[in-house]
Amino acid sequence: MVSIAEADTEDLSRESRQRAVRRFATSDAVFKNLTRGAAILVLVVLAGVAFSLVTGSFLAFKTFGLGFLTTESWNPVKENFGALAPIYGTIVTSIIAMVFAVPIGIGIAIFLTETCPRPLRRPIGIAVELLAGIPSIIYGIWGLFVFSPFLQRTLQPFLIDTFHGIPFLSSLFAGPPYGIGVLTAGLILAIMVLPFITSIARDVFATVPAVLKESAYGLGMTTWEVTTKIVIPYTRVALIGGIMLGLGRALGETMAVTFVIGNAHRITPSLLAPGTTISASIANEFTEATGDLYTSSLIALGLVLFVITFIVLAIARLMLAQMKKKAGG
Amino acid sequence: MASFAARKAKNTIMLSLCVLAALIGLAWLFVILMDLLIEGIGGLSFAVFTEMTPPPGEAGGLLNPIMGSLLMTFIAVMVGTPIGVLAGTYMAEYGRHDKLTHVIRFINDILLSAPSIIVGLFIYELMVRTMGHFSGIAGAIALAIIVLPVVVRTTEDMLLLVPDSLREAGTAIGAPRWVVIRSVAYKAASAGMITGVLLAVARISGETAPLLFTALNNQFWSLNLNAPMASLPVTIFQFALSPYEDWQSLAWAGALITTLAVLTLSIVARLLTARKEDR
Repeated sequence: MVSIAEADTEDLSRESRQRAVRRFATSDAVFKNLTRGAAILVLVVLAGVAFSLVTGSFLAFKTFGLGFLTTESWNPVKENFGALAPIYGTIVTSIIAMVFAVPIGIGIAIFLTETCPRPLRRPIGIAVELLAGIPSIIYGIWGLFVFSPFLQRTLQPFLIDTFHGIPFLSSLFAGPPYGIGVLTAGLILAIMVLPFITSIARDVFATVPAVLKESAYGLGMTTWEVTTKIVIPYTRVALIGGIMLGLGRALGETMAVTFVIGNAHRITPSLLAPGTTISASIANEFTEATGDLYTSSLIALGLVLFVITFIVLAIARLMLAQMKKKAGG
Repeated sequence: MASFAARKAKNTIMLSLCVLAALIGLAWLFVILMDLLIEGIGGLSFAVFTEMTPPPGEAGGLLNPIMGSLLMTFIAVMVGTPIGVLAGTYMAEYGRHDKLTHVIRFINDILLSAPSIIVGLFIYELMVRTMGHFSGIAGAIALAIIVLPVVVRTTEDMLLLVPDSLREAGTAIGAPRWVVIRSVAYKAASAGMITGVLLAVARISGETAPLLFTALNNQFWSLNLNAPMASLPVTIFQFALSPYEDWQSLAWAGALITTLAVLTLSIVARLLTARKEDR
């Protein structure tokens, strides 16, 4: 009696175990494919972005050809569109931003990793990271109501007076001080990417092995020499990668720029004049664009921005990945 | 080689410049926050949270944009988080050494810092054009696409931090892989994963560009996802650029609310992971 029952339960348990194993195998396969599908969806999103931009801009490129990229004129009435002015504005504002943000950002990072008193390092570091997360529209509204009027009263008249009559510089800083314009947009961008560059540079500097720095100090180097001869050369690749990430952000930044650039589709040598960038043009005009060709031209601008930022970001990521490999190995 | 005195002098000068850079940078950012606080509090009142956006020249509040933002953010997180968690799970668990994972990680990192206005154009082509009109759901999906890479990234990173011995222990007692992932890996990584979601919410709560031509804006109270929907950032944009002073002061109030929300979320997210590190 007892033995029969035991045999029965053994049989039953073997069968049920097999069933359980099968069920586990199926459910695991289902879950695996679910995660795989979600992962592939990430690729699909990027492909979808590229595809929709290409199809959306098809009409513009068919109408204007590659001349779209080299034409300055932007005339919604005559339906004649060219991307040169926004491309120029995007590049110039980003250059201004990097000229200010890179040295100051790296300076702050050096301060945080080398000279800052230890108890202050974490709070300042956290403050910088929190500021990197403040939405760009905040910088935009501040730029419009506070920063532009300030520049209009102070820096811009000063620049105009100082460089008046000097050949090249006078045309760079010509015209009435509007407040808004290319220079203002560049400076706002600089303030925006500053925390970003600072926190990346700080993280990158922190990867330098202490032994390397200690041996340099042991040889009698000063802190500045250790920074320029050990820390920066050691982190060079990742540092440039981080700067390019910041550049990618500056190139595509929309709201902070849209508020203060003035949205004028023309190329002027003066940095004080209103201009436009790719993203500002799209943000300002897209909902008001009448006609397929106008919309398509704005999407074509988006495609140009997508290609530029994709290249910059891809290079940046490759450089940062190289550093990670070095730190890991 | 320069003399010791010269080297020392150079060191002092350059390091002082670094300190100066830090002072300038921090002062700048401090000024922005102070201006925001002063102007924002000036525009803030009880009515901001209880009344609709007014026509120019009348009193009103920001209730409909606040609700619109909350609703679209909620949907974006509900859509973006599961997909992001699953994708991150694949990269950290099933496909850790796959070629596919490397490609996805690279593409995801690019999506993470791609200009958000491009996402707006994509959703415009994908949804607004096919549906024939602007809608709240299009805005929510645009935001979901911004949530996705943030969640993917943090999920993968956090799961990779879970020690393999935990997974092996789970497998040793006979649990199938997906049970190990769900009951062991997710549990161990939960604080970090929640942080990722909070950071994603912080990121989208200030996003303006992807909403401009997906959700558009709405002057009136509407929770209809199939119609244009107001959002706080777009309203700030529209009101700030208007010539009316009432609108401008509402824009400042909205900017202050947005910033406080974003900062609170970031700080909470940070505290969650900080506590984890202490343990």
